[in-house]
Amino acid sequence: MSVDTAPVEMTERSIVARSPGMRKVVHRLVLTVGPVLAALALAGLLLLALGVDPLAYYGYVINRGLLSPSGIQQTLTRMAPLLFLASGLIVAFRAGIWNLGADGQFLLAAVTAAAAGPYFAAIMPAWLAVVLAFLMSVLVAMAWSFVPALLRAYQGVNEIITTLMMTFLGTSLANVLVKLVFLDPGTTVPQTRTLPVEDRLPRLFDTTISSGLVLGLIAIVAVHLVMTRTSFGLRLRIVGANPRAAVHSGLAVPRLTLAVFALSAGLAGAAGAVDILGVQGNVRADWNPAYGFAVIPMVFLARFNGFAAIAFVLLLSVLSIGGESAARRLGVPNHFTLVLVAIVLIVLAIAEYIDHRFIQSRKA
Amino acid sequence: MSDLFSELFLGALLFGAMTAAVPLLLAGLGEQISEKAGVLNIGIEGMMIFGAYTGFVGAYYSGSLWFGFLTGALGGAVVASIMVLLCVRIGLNQIVIGIGLTLGFDGLTALLHHFQFSRTYPRLAAAEITAIPLLSDIPVIGPAFFRHHLLVYLAVLLVGVMVYVYRRTQLGLNLQAAGDKPAALDVAGVDVVRTRTVAVLSTGVLAGLGGAYLADVGAGIFVPFITNGAGFLGIVLAMLARGRPLWVLLGALVFGLCLSLTTALQVAGINIPTDVIQMIPFLAVMAMLVIFGRRSQLPAALGIPYVRGAR
Repeated sequence: MSVDTAPVEMTERSIVARSPGMRKVVHRLVLTVGPVLAALALAGLLLLALGVDPLAYYGYVINRGLLSPSGIQQTLTRMAPLLFLASGLIVAFRAGIWNLGADGQFLLAAVTAAAAGPYFAAIMPAWLAVVLAFLMSVLVAMAWSFVPALLRAYQGVNEIITTLMMTFLGTSLANVLVKLVFLDPGTTVPQTRTLPVEDRLPRLFDTTISSGLVLGLIAIVAVHLVMTRTSFGLRLRIVGANPRAAVHSGLAVPRLTLAVFALSAGLAGAAGAVDILGVQGNVRADWNPAYGFAVIPMVFLARFNGFAAIAFVLLLSVLSIGGESAARRLGVPNHFTLVLVAIVLIVLAIAEYIDHRFIQSRKA
Repeated sequence: MSDLFSELFLGALLFGAMTAAVPLLLAGLGEQISEKAGVLNIGIEGMMIFGAYTGFVGAYYSGSLWFGFLTGALGGAVVASIMVLLCVRIGLNQIVIGIGLTLGFDGLTALLHHFQFSRTYPRLAAAEITAIPLLSDIPVIGPAFFRHHLLVYLAVLLVGVMVYVYRRTQLGLNLQAAGDKPAALDVAGVDVVRTRTVAVLSTGVLAGLGGAYLADVGAGIFVPFITNGAGFLGIVLAMLARGRPLWVLLGALVFGLCLSLTTALQVAGINIPTDVIQMIPFLAVMAMLVIFGRRSQLPAALGIPYVRGAR
């Protein structure tokens, strides 16, 4: 901020924001909410072109995703896996590692949870079964990221490609496992055995909200604090900001890289586990919600900040729950949500750029 | 099992491999241009899917495949121009925008398809085939490689053109410099931004053309998410090829063979779930990366926006 502004202006501004810190927050908020609204308007034009009334559509989505009692409960439940995915991505992206394989890690963990959950539940107390299935899922997801991790850490192979490939592989492998290995013989549709509702993660109070939400919130806050407040987080951020400087300052970059992959994939795996153990109960063949890809833009929009990510994950959750409902009732496929997310991402990036230029030109 | 190696089976397998290889070849060659110039083009999947859609729409309403290819190439270029504006001109993060474009155009084309074609699912007539005289009479090889749509031969010829461009032209040198040492190119008096703009737009044209071929000739129909990661495979091909167009062709053929094997084995009545076979190309990539990993060198300034005077 420039120092040489006239005192009169200062007092005028101080009505809006009293301290510079407060002003920064307001500035950030304006810079975020404004573009989101602009993006909604732009996407509304697209709806209009397709012959759908945008106001009716948005109204319906907000009503079904946020305001109706069943809608908000579904939205909050949906947030659980998305929060885990977001926290996994924050770890990786802050450390400069582009883990684009979250979907494969998510799906294989989900299949593991669906296979292990009912099996363990039959031979031990339900809580222990859920915990064990959860841990196994996390381990499987970690293992799935091991080859890209090794290639990146010791061979310098670009992880964007390897994790993408592992996602395609993982999607197919998950299908193979569901159709051939863990098939429930009792049903005609190809799917795994179903974890009984009473054995799943408990629901919160008298609602249908899965307690996975609490776990997800804990995970993302913990990740945020680790990345911003601990020396481990600082080390990871140095690797992300300047790998060469990290090597010269004596950091064990390859080992940190492996740790980042394990954390990121493990959190993606936890996402799959809470979705299966809390909500779905089983995995159907060809099930792939592709949450990971949808969460990536949210994490960017939040600028890798855990608390901001919670808000954006809520937005995505409302849009997708409301959008799924609108797809059934208004005949607008849920693909619209993808378009909307992409437009928000691009408009926000442009707004940030303009803001940056504006500040620089004032400095100059 | 006995007819697994029959002439007919082998011919169909190789024909399918070539058909599947062409979109990958075009995407790979396209991505190679961008990467050479220092732009990691993750948005290529979005360029391909939009090219597939516009290419199908163009061919369907005009009745001409060539018009479809034209609209497909233009569709790819439209997406590429967004990428140019955001990543080359104003230097936003290439990975973020690339993912955004891929998501957005995946969604947009699925949406348009829903409102336009989801009740009728129109198909195009089978593509006209140009048989190359003499060569097309060779048993097995002939029908497999020399009885295709004209665009297939043009795509293969493009490999030679690209080799020439990279080795013998000023443009090729400029592209390489824009990826390896953009500041040096700038000092030499060549506009880095313009060079990268040309590169990304070419990528869009080729990716769009690849998408159009996939929808118009390969499938004869447009369905949502039809490219199914073909653009990403193009990125892999470009990366493995390390700037050599001929290697992109070889890689595309290997992948094409894997994809073709999926259908061929099913036709032959061998009962393996498609999911298992779908894994083959990706397994092949991972195997290649494990073996050749260390040597897959990339341009020094890949993914870094060029800002004049910045350190």
